[in-house]
Amino acid sequence: MILEPLVNYLFVSVVLFAIGVYGLVTKKNALRMLFAVEILINSANLNFVAFTRYLHPTSVTGQALAMFSISLAAAEAAVGLAIILAVFRLRKDVDVSEIKGLRG
Amino acid sequence: MVDFVFAALAIITIVSAILALEAKEVVYGAVALALSFVGIAGFFALLDAVFLAMFQLTVYVGAIAVLILFTVMLVRREQWLKIKEGVYRTAGVVAAVIIALGLGYLVYASAFTHATPTLEQAPFTLLGPLILSDYWAALVALSLVLASAVIGAVVLAKLERD
Repeated sequence: MILEPLVNYLFVSVVLFAIGVYGLVTKKNALRMLFAVEILINSANLNFVAFTRYLHPTSVTGQALAMFSISLAAAEAAVGLAIILAVFRLRKDVDVSEIKGLRG
Repeated sequence: MVDFVFAALAIITIVSAILALEAKEVVYGAVALALSFVGIAGFFALLDAVFLAMFQLTVYVGAIAVLILFTVMLVRREQWLKIKEGVYRTAGVVAAVIIALGLGYLVYASAFTHATPTLEQAPFTLLGPLILSDYWAALVALSLVLASAVIGAVVLAKLERD
């Protein structure tokens, strides 16, 4: 399969990263913040695979790292969603600016 | 020169990522997020990482997106619509623009613009031996992390019973 120049993938990754940061800064809904984190992780994974395809085409190290990253993201999503569920049950709310129970 | 498939995938991924954060209903946001994951899987396939594309579809779209969708439906309330972003919106937009311009310029000014596509590629069958030889310790640690994460998620989800 003939390929794009590497920078195009990097640009897509940069745009996704910026969107993720925007969501993480802006949103107060805990679920939306989780969405933003997933978008960030995806942009990082795209970088792993793109770099290994262009700079080390005969190795699969980047793909292995991306696999680990995806698995970690699965664990993170499971725990994050469980926390959101627990907080929602306790407070009937998922607004992170209202959750002050652990503030020192 | 931009390939049509690449352009379509980029548009799908970026637009649905924005939609995931900006859709009025969180449920639509979750569906858009799943679409964004599918776009990333398309990129993986375009980069000759076919196994990783299948992995992404299975784990992200099949597991994480569905898990998110279930949670959204489970805890959905009308009062979510009243959560407003307010003053942070400007800060978020400014931060995103600064990061996009800064990293974009960094990429543009880097040596990677000269990285040319090569036709040689590694078969994905190397993936298994690599993970089981060089990265076996990471694999074991990852299995422990996954197991403890699942147990922790179950414990957290049963919190109310106490």
